[in-house]
Amino acid sequence: MKKYRCDICGYVYDPEVGDSAAGVDPGTDFDNLPEDWECPICGAGKEDFSEV
Amino acid sequence: MNPIKLTEKIYWVGAIDWNVRDFHGYSTNRGTTYNAYLIMDEKITLVDTVKSSLKDDLISRISEIVDPKKIDYIVVNHVEMDHSGALPDMVDLIQPEKIICSKMGEKALRQHFHRDDWPYEIAVPGEDISLGSKTLSFLETRMLHWPDSMFTYVVEDKLLFSSDAFGMHLASSERFDDEISPAILMDEMTKYYANILTLYSPLVKKLIAKVQEIGLEIDMIAPDHGVVWRSNPMMAIEAYDRWSRNEGKGNALVIYDTMWHSTEKMAKEVAAGLQDEGVSVKLLNLRYCHRSDVMSEVLDASAIVLGCSTLNNGLLPRMAGFLMYMRGLRPANKIGAAFGSFGWSGEAVKLLNASMEEMKFDVVDDGLKVKYVPESCDLSDCVALGRKVGQALKN
Repeated sequence: MKKYRCDICGYVYDPEVGDSAAGVDPGTDFDNLPEDWECPICGAGKEDFSEV
Repeated sequence: MNPIKLTEKIYWVGAIDWNVRDFHGYSTNRGTTYNAYLIMDEKITLVDTVKSSLKDDLISRISEIVDPKKIDYIVVNHVEMDHSGALPDMVDLIQPEKIICSKMGEKALRQHFHRDDWPYEIAVPGEDISLGSKTLSFLETRMLHWPDSMFTYVVEDKLLFSSDAFGMHLASSERFDDEISPAILMDEMTKYYANILTLYSPLVKKLIAKVQEIGLEIDMIAPDHGVVWRSNPMMAIEAYDRWSRNEGKGNALVIYDTMWHSTEKMAKEVAAGLQDEGVSVKLLNLRYCHRSDVMSEVLDASAIVLGCSTLNNGLLPRMAGFLMYMRGLRPANKIGAAFGSFGWSGEAVKLLNASMEEMKFDVVDDGLKVKYVPESCDLSDCVALGRKVGQALKN
């Protein structure tokens, strides 16, 4: 599973960790994040992320 | 210390820093202000504070209007120390009923001041807070320019407390946009955007669209640095709108550093080639031009040509530092090219190209390297490089 970095603030989404504050379980692939998921640091949308 | 009235019940009570000349790497040649505001309503509210060293100015200005202990709420639009440094002392003095901040603001305040006993109240967009006759409304503006950043809007006055957005580093006894030359305001607002906000342009674009979408009416913008926009807030909004779209003005910059004037000679000929193509060009020698002033020029430029001699198989330190700084600010939509003189190994041009590629510049040439001192045929090649960049600008 690939990591993705937020182009705005630099936060890295690691699928092995997930995003517990947003209810995203560990093991969730970036592509399977809900479309309205936002960067937990800056609120950017999925479209503002690039593969690391 | 004199507070300054913005509207019937709202005052500027901040501090003027006449002395600051270096803001962690950004040259503040005209000093700055840390703006704080006082709303005299049933719930007396202080919006932001100042740098800790100037807290006495803040207390003195508030005291001209009211005993600071009577303040009920403190709004923290931005946690950075130049606006929150005085906060711990102010909280101790005021004992506020609420400290209103964004969700990320609460986290950042706890991580700065380690105070779990403060009365944090998270401002939620869409959930207004009434102060009596006035209503505060909130906009989350994450990464403009920290995760905690937010705007506070006074509904009845159509007044926007915009945190660091629309601000500038400018110390002055005058507090309003109509009291200072528009040329100075544009100069300092450009420098502020270029050095603080360039990398967040996509968010600025979204924010402006959102403000238009919700139909927020703005009569006055009160930022945390520099003047309050009371006569022409659209000047600030339109400038941000333009910069957020990364539209260059069609001009070029030749930014360089040189050891024994060889790269400088090349720079002048590259500039001549650009002029031959009718392109407006500026030569910026990093020995004399501060990186933050160069960034002001980069903001509106369409082409960036970088020149550097090779030193110890690498770049000259001023160019290396400048590239690190520029890369972090992520200027977009630029045409690029590189040149430089060298003695035996000549890595500089390759490094300049790699850096521009990383910034996604459209690098239009492999770059020009000249051994030791350029002769006339080399200088002709430099003119040709300038012309090539000039032609690329027209396409």
